[in-house]
Amino acid sequence: MSELRQEAEAIAEQFSDHTDVDPDDVEERLATLVDEYRVPLDEASRSVTNSYLEDAGMERDELGRGGSEEVLVNDIDEDEQWVDLRVKLVDLWEPRSDSISQVGLLGDESGTIKFVAFETSDLPELTEGQAYELSNVVTDEYEGSYSVKLNRTTGITEIDEAIEVGDDADTVEGALVDIQSGSGLIKRCPEDDCTRVLQNGRCSEHGQVEGEFDLRIKGVLDDGETVTEVIFDREATEDLTGMTLEEAKDMAMDALDTTVVAEEMGEDVLGRYYRVTGPTFGRYVLVDEMEDPGTVDVESALIEARSI
Amino acid sequence: MSGSAPTREVARRVFATEFNDAGYTFTESDDERAPVYALLPTGESSNRVFFVGTLTEKEDVGDDSEYWRGRIVDPTGTFFVYAGQYQPEAASKLRDLEPPAYVAVVGKPRTYETDDGTVRVSVRPESITEVDAATRDRWVAETARRTVERVAAFDDEGNEYARMAREEYDLDPQTYKAAALSALEDLDESDDELAGDGSADGDPPSDDATSDETDPAGAPEP
Repeated sequence: MSELRQEAEAIAEQFSDHTDVDPDDVEERLATLVDEYRVPLDEASRSVTNSYLEDAGMERDELGRGGSEEVLVNDIDEDEQWVDLRVKLVDLWEPRSDSISQVGLLGDESGTIKFVAFETSDLPELTEGQAYELSNVVTDEYEGSYSVKLNRTTGITEIDEAIEVGDDADTVEGALVDIQSGSGLIKRCPEDDCTRVLQNGRCSEHGQVEGEFDLRIKGVLDDGETVTEVIFDREATEDLTGMTLEEAKDMAMDALDTTVVAEEMGEDVLGRYYRVTGPTFGRYVLVDEMEDPGTVDVESALIEARSI
Repeated sequence: MSGSAPTREVARRVFATEFNDAGYTFTESDDERAPVYALLPTGESSNRVFFVGTLTEKEDVGDDSEYWRGRIVDPTGTFFVYAGQYQPEAASKLRDLEPPAYVAVVGKPRTYETDDGTVRVSVRPESITEVDAATRDRWVAETARRTVERVAAFDDEGNEYARMAREEYDLDPQTYKAAALSALEDLDESDDELAGDGSADGDPPSDDATSDETDPAGAPEP
């Protein structure tokens, strides 16, 4: 089958739920553009699709992506793909914008992925903990992280099935070469659902507030080839440094300065090797588990190095 | 947390013998603030290094203000580390440390030309911390591996930094591979002797490497 014919049938298939489109007719229109007018195939395909949309009085996002593929969330690695998912709604977050109706985390056995549903799509509300078959969702990419967008054509079917949500944690190992600013003893905004870290006593959303103390380390693990930014939350920081929040507060009180805490922590952890495991959010790996990689096996290192 | 933060430079793993030969520096753009890279003779650019060794000596070589020089020895040679008023944490660390001690250093390569035209390579530290023997051993194993990997890729087509190294240096990358393997072999032997006792404090790994290293003619300008 020619490339043109394939494309023509794909376009016809997209319209199959809405209106009768003859693949022969599509192929002819494509052929005119591609063969006579030297229009690239993807541009030709776009233009032909648009003319059918206009004829049918339809919007582009009403189009089914004729038989979009059912995929696992962790296999999503391309922008703007139409896919089907069988997932459980793991977590709902507070939308940051009025245009968003729901935002949160979907999961299947391969891991989890962020999803966004928009007010304009008029979709039924999803419930936390419920399993769904979602058809026609579109993948999106931002700085290497993938998410899916629900849209007006998304089919939502509740399913009575237990979906085990897999662990998509990453493991990184390397030397801790830097502790970034905003580490050590920090203050967070106490407002409901706001956990922003205060800058000079101010929250970027709520202004001057009486902050609540917390511990965290934003660090950099470096294995000589790549750098990974990692965040230790309070528990992980206490585990890593052996310093509790109370001890950190006492230390800052004695010094009349909170920065001594990060400095003291740096003494204990900079230049050491760690292996950490946790989910990736944006640029950061959030540390769930941390191990000291221990004593190196010199003999196997030697065998390996000689074999390179 | 805006996503446009520039990517952080990786800290290369390189033994002292190779690092001290990395006297050629370059930038990747004409921008005044473009990062400066030292060219490793095994064919890699290096804007930052991470190493672990034994601090054997430290001295305040400053005139008006404190300017600390530390000698940090690895199985192949000696790193020279300079920290002054613009590296207050590293400087105070050098002031406080009692040699011999295992230390881990993150820092930037700096070159300095002596009066007789010799190029000295030193390290301007971002951090210095005292560590244990297990960390040192892990670094030696890791650095040996990275070094051997760089040498193995030296003749790869399209290895731009290897091409640059061939042009700028008259140095055989195989010597660094030999040094890396011998560092690892020494570690293997000392492992056997200590029978797993990883906490042998303050034993400089190799003395012959320090003695044939002459001091830089003077401290670079702080």
